[in-house]
Order: sequence, then structure tokens, then C-alpha cells
Amino acid sequence: MSKLCSMAEAIDRWVADDASLVMGCGLESAIPFAAGHELIRQGRRGLTLIGPISDMLFDLLVGSGCVRKVIAAWVGNVGDGLGHSFRRAVEEGVPQRVEVEDHSNLTLALGLQAAAWGVPYLPTLTALGSSLLTANPHLRPITCPFTGQSLVAVEAIHPDVAIVHAQRADAEGNTHLWGNLGVTVEAVRAARQVIVSCEEVVSPDVIRSDPNRTLIPGFLVAAVVAEPWGAHPSPLQGYARRDDAFYVDYHTHSRSRAGFETWLRTWVLDVRDRREYLARLGASRLRHLQVTRAVPAAPVDYGWS
Amino acid sequence: MEARAPSPSVRTIMVVAAAREIRDEELVFVGMRLPLLAFAVAKALHAPRAIGLFENGIVRDAPPLAPLVTMGDPPNIAGAVACTGLLDVMGLLQQGRVDLGLLGAAEVDRFGNLNTTWAGGARLPGSGGACDIAALSRRFIVLMAHERRRFPRRVAFLTSPGHGEGGDWRRRMGLRGGGPARVITTLGVLSVEEASGELVLTAVHLGVSVEQVRRETGWELRVAPAVAETPPPTPEELAVIRRFDPERRWTGPQPAVGGRAKPSEPRPPW
Repeated sequence: MSKLCSMAEAIDRWVADDASLVMGCGLESAIPFAAGHELIRQGRRGLTLIGPISDMLFDLLVGSGCVRKVIAAWVGNVGDGLGHSFRRAVEEGVPQRVEVEDHSNLTLALGLQAAAWGVPYLPTLTALGSSLLTANPHLRPITCPFTGQSLVAVEAIHPDVAIVHAQRADAEGNTHLWGNLGVTVEAVRAARQVIVSCEEVVSPDVIRSDPNRTLIPGFLVAAVVAEPWGAHPSPLQGYARRDDAFYVDYHTHSRSRAGFETWLRTWVLDVRDRREYLARLGASRLRHLQVTRAVPAAPVDYGWS
Repeated sequence: MEARAPSPSVRTIMVVAAAREIRDEELVFVGMRLPLLAFAVAKALHAPRAIGLFENGIVRDAPPLAPLVTMGDPPNIAGAVACTGLLDVMGLLQQGRVDLGLLGAAEVDRFGNLNTTWAGGARLPGSGGACDIAALSRRFIVLMAHERRRFPRRVAFLTSPGHGEGGDWRRRMGLRGGGPARVITTLGVLSVEEASGELVLTAVHLGVSVEQVRRETGWELRVAPAVAETPPPTPEELAVIRRFDPERRWTGPQPAVGGRAKPSEPRPPW
């Protein structure tokens, strides 16, 4: 059954107000920015955002007023520093107050893994002695029943929806991705629904030619969106370089609320869809960002007779 | 007569000082920003067999193929030994296999505890992987700006554990990793005294006085009997930094350390 649809349809159908979303699962690469922009255009409210390091995506969604709560290890702009919108929301309640559940990268990943494994929590040795333990009620000190040592229990994190951008998928959502994986594998299993956006929709034969690379089996996936450049300005191995200047521009604009609003109109609200966004970026900028020198992997052989 | 080269920026001195802490064949957990550059310098020069682990899942035993802004940039992935996930590399960290972690921070206190969450009413980005690296690596090194407001007696929010309240605090908390080894700042190098867990000034950078460091520290800083001068970068080290930071985004005169970077405006290439 084909699950192909447009980004607007995927967000409309699968992401409700007040939903919890895990995004930015690869950390600094493959961030589903196209999906984030569509959430803003459709005016989602009350979202809970879950992710280790979302680069500027979470800052953008917070500034757009879509977010009630952030469950993350880090929110800012990786190349350029603090997240100005995140700060305004947390410190001043502008445009609205946002609640933060502070994790470390490891505790966030373990929360997702616990959900992915169907257990209520997982133990870890990180965060002992840190203020994260007192600030976040979902991290609790426990004693190991076998050795008696101090451990931290990380409660399972169950997102309503995982949104992932990948290199290629078939129409049923069987997805190939490569490069650094971050928490992608855990997140798509922890979530109740998965939306995959991808550079290319390929035939099932392509997917089945390399099953080790199928990190998201299609039965977990609710919607597949063909969205070239869907991760811009973040990089995607084999397809797109990182648009560093775009992050700097956002960072500079978002220093003030007025600057943020101008940026938001220019790149999100006054843009109908990804096609229009790409036109606004311009052909020469995209040419510069496009990966043109292929570095293919050696083929692997799944021969069996 | 020898021509005098322009004196290196303070960030260059810091990156080189951090790179020299990486020993050959070590397993190193590399944090974002300046640590990325320090790892590249060490790999290209004195630690060719060191292996870098990156929290996004990359395992790399060669310098990146081109300059990086983030660890997820494509030249850090192409040619890697392995690309896996966060739990996989952090599992190695939790097992106690990682020799050294490299971190940035916004605030540090007398016992090397780090804060990257809340400082003076300002909401900072948060832990990222810093808490994990501080808790679990065999030793870790911090790179940060040396200003009085960033060096409180006690951090208001303990994001990443150093030696807590000093002494055997880490053992009492059940923390396995060895804790901070050094804090490399814009003014000098602080090392950890083993028994007390307290930071002690052991080196100052070229042109910095001990008095200046004391003034920029929010507690009565202990000073080693003999304070060295941080050895200046060698021409080889400078050449590698130029190769991996050609636009001087990280090592230019503008600060780009720890929690707060001030980006230089790159000229768009299109």
C-alpha cells in the first residue's frame, strides 16, 4: 500500500495539536526542516518537542509559538551559539512560556530506547551527582539490585510521532539511510507513528537489494513524503552540504523578536511549500550546496545460491 | 635575522594545548566546536593512531576530509571507520573504554564542575553530551573563556560533574570516570590537584599575568609553585589549524568558545 503524500497532507493527517514529536534524530545532519516549516504554516499549537540536539529547528518552532514543552539535551544553534527564541520563551515567556525537561544526550537516547524495547525505564551510570537528576523528575536515582551500586533510572519516552528525513524510501516507507544515525533507530521504534520525508522514492527492489541499510521497516511508517532538500539547511550525506550561512543569517535575525518575525515571514509563512522555498533560495545557491562528487560505497553481495 | 611571525590568537593557543593532551592510540570522545579542531590537529601530527568518537555515532581514525562546522558535516562522515548511533558510541563511553573527553563549557567552578544550563538568569543550551562525557570518560578536558562571571565559586546548576564538593565526591556519587584533568582557558591552564579535586593554575598564556588570572576567577585561585608559560604553537601545528580552520571561524580574534560563539560573517560563496 502506497503511503506517499505531500508534506502538507502528512502533517495535517498525522500531527495533531498537543502531540509529542521526536525530530532531529541524526543530531546535526538530516534534520527534517521541511516538516518543521509545515508544522508552523499549519499553526500547530501545544507541541512537545523531543530530540537530543536539534540545531536551530527547535529554536525556530519555539519562536513560532508551536511549542508547550521541550524534552532535549541541548537547544541552540550548533555553529553559532545560543538559541535566541528558546531563551526568550524560557526567560520571558515570549511568544509563550515553554517548559523544559533537561536531559543529557545519553539519558534522552535511553528514554527512547526504553520505549523502543517496551520497558518502563533503563538504568545508566551517567548524570550521577548532576543537577539534571534534581531538575528532571524522569531521571531517578536507584540502587542496582545485583551489585548495590548507584544508578540512574531513565523513564521511557513515548513520542506520538517521529519525523525523519532520509536519503531514500519506497512507497511503503521501507527506508534506507546512511551517515551518522544519532538516535534515529531508537526514535522510530519508540514513536506511535512515523513520518518519513526523503530525497528520493525508489522501487522496493532497490530497498531489498541492501536490507542491512533498511533502518526503518515500512510497517512502522504512516506517511512517506518525497521532499528533495527536505533537510536544508542541515547536511545530508551524498546529497546536500550544510548551508552554514543560512544558520548565521537565522542567528543574526533572531537576536530580536522583530528580526525573528521578519525571518519567519520570509522563509516560512510567505512560502507556500518546499518548492517555493527552494525557488527563494535560488538555483546558484542550491548548485553550491548540492553534492556533485559521488563517493560510492563498494557493493555488498547478498548472494545465496 | 629571523622574521617574527604575528603572535597566534588565544584560541589557536587553546586548540593546540588541547590537541597536545591527546596521546597516540587513545580513544577520544570529541565534543562540538573547538574540540573538533583539537582532534584534527592531534590526528594530523602527534597522535596518528588515536580514534575519535562523536556523539552522533561517528567513529573516525583520520582527520576530517575538509573543515567542519559541526561533527555531522559530510567530510566527517566520508572516510570514517564506522557510522553508528549515539547509544553505540556512548555505550563504549559508559563501559569506561574512553581515555579522554574534550568539552566546552559556559561556567566552571573550583572543583571543575561545569554549567551549560542556567547562568545568571540566562537559559543556556544545556548538556548535550557534556554530562555524559564528564561522568564517564577516564579523564576530560574543558576549553572555555576565562571571565570572572564564568568562574563562580560554585556553579548554580551542575550540568556536568567535575569533583563536586572535592575530595572523594565522585566515588561517593558512584561516578566511574576520573573527572576533569585540565581546564584550558583564554588566559591559561588549570590542572586538577588529585587529592582535593581542586583546580590549580599551572600555566599562563603568552603575555598573561598570574594576577590577571586571579582577578578573572571568582574564588581564591590556588597557584602552582612554578607557573609555566603555555608553549607556543609550532609552525606545523599552525599549518594544520590553517588547513582545518581556513576562514578562522574558530581560531580568529572573535571569541568562539564553549557555550557562546560569535560567528564571523562568511561571505556567501554563491
